[in-house]
Amino acid sequence: MSASAVVFYILSVLILASALLAVTSGKIFRSAIWLLFSLTGIAGLYFWLGMDFVAAVQIIVYVGGIVVLIIFSIFLTQQSGKDLPAPVRARVLYSALAACLGFLLTCVLLRQFPFRQALIPDYDFAPDMSVRNIGIQLLSTKEHGYVLPFEVISLLLLAAMIGCIVLAIKTKPGDR
Amino acid sequence: MNHVPLIHILILSTALFFIGMYGLLTRRNMITMLMSVELILNSVNINFVAFNVYLYPQKLTGIFFTLFIIAIAAAEAAVAIAIIINLYRNFHSIDVEAADEMKF
Repeated sequence: MSASAVVFYILSVLILASALLAVTSGKIFRSAIWLLFSLTGIAGLYFWLGMDFVAAVQIIVYVGGIVVLIIFSIFLTQQSGKDLPAPVRARVLYSALAACLGFLLTCVLLRQFPFRQALIPDYDFAPDMSVRNIGIQLLSTKEHGYVLPFEVISLLLLAAMIGCIVLAIKTKPGDR
Repeated sequence: MNHVPLIHILILSTALFFIGMYGLLTRRNMITMLMSVELILNSVNINFVAFNVYLYPQKLTGIFFTLFIIAIAAAEAAVAIAIIINLYRNFHSIDVEAADEMKF
């Protein structure tokens, strides 16, 4: 087993263990911190795959944005030291059963699917993944350009921003 | 990097997806359910990036899909948290079982 394979398995264990702790932890604040570790591990996985730009975006948006937003909303809505009420035992049992069965089914299907190549990436053929190339293709209007989804996403972000302000704005008691 | 087959990365993302699914099914707190949704979206992102690197290394399609999914996830998290804060203001709880009426 080569060193990079060892790195991959260590990263996988980190991601899965912290994700499992994030969904089972009894304290909501700890849950958010475990989610932070899991997302950082996924960024490490992108680095390992050679996708530096995606890893940077993952760290900036998820770790720096979404988790901080979640932690803020935890502070706004509840006492972070208090334990969450434990879920009903039957619900835990059936959910775990459903998740395990779904996982097994998907693994069986994955084993049967013939992937097109020898499943070993050929790194002599790696594309130009520099930020410059990504930016040019993202804003290109020619073939394989992604300018239309880019504009749609920017409109979506604008709509989400205005929607958030409208939703979270405090109405005066007499307004309603 | 060359000695890890694609199937192991796919199994990792499947496991992450079903961990998120388990959290979504068991938790009844809206913020923790939102965290589970983030885990699920991340597992999909891992799939896109892995397929791009392993099966179509000459293209950048997986990167763009991942970037768009991350942008949508950010918008979704912001809107969800605005809704959660609004619900907390009206019900003084963010348990999904407490929010049982739509008009008040």
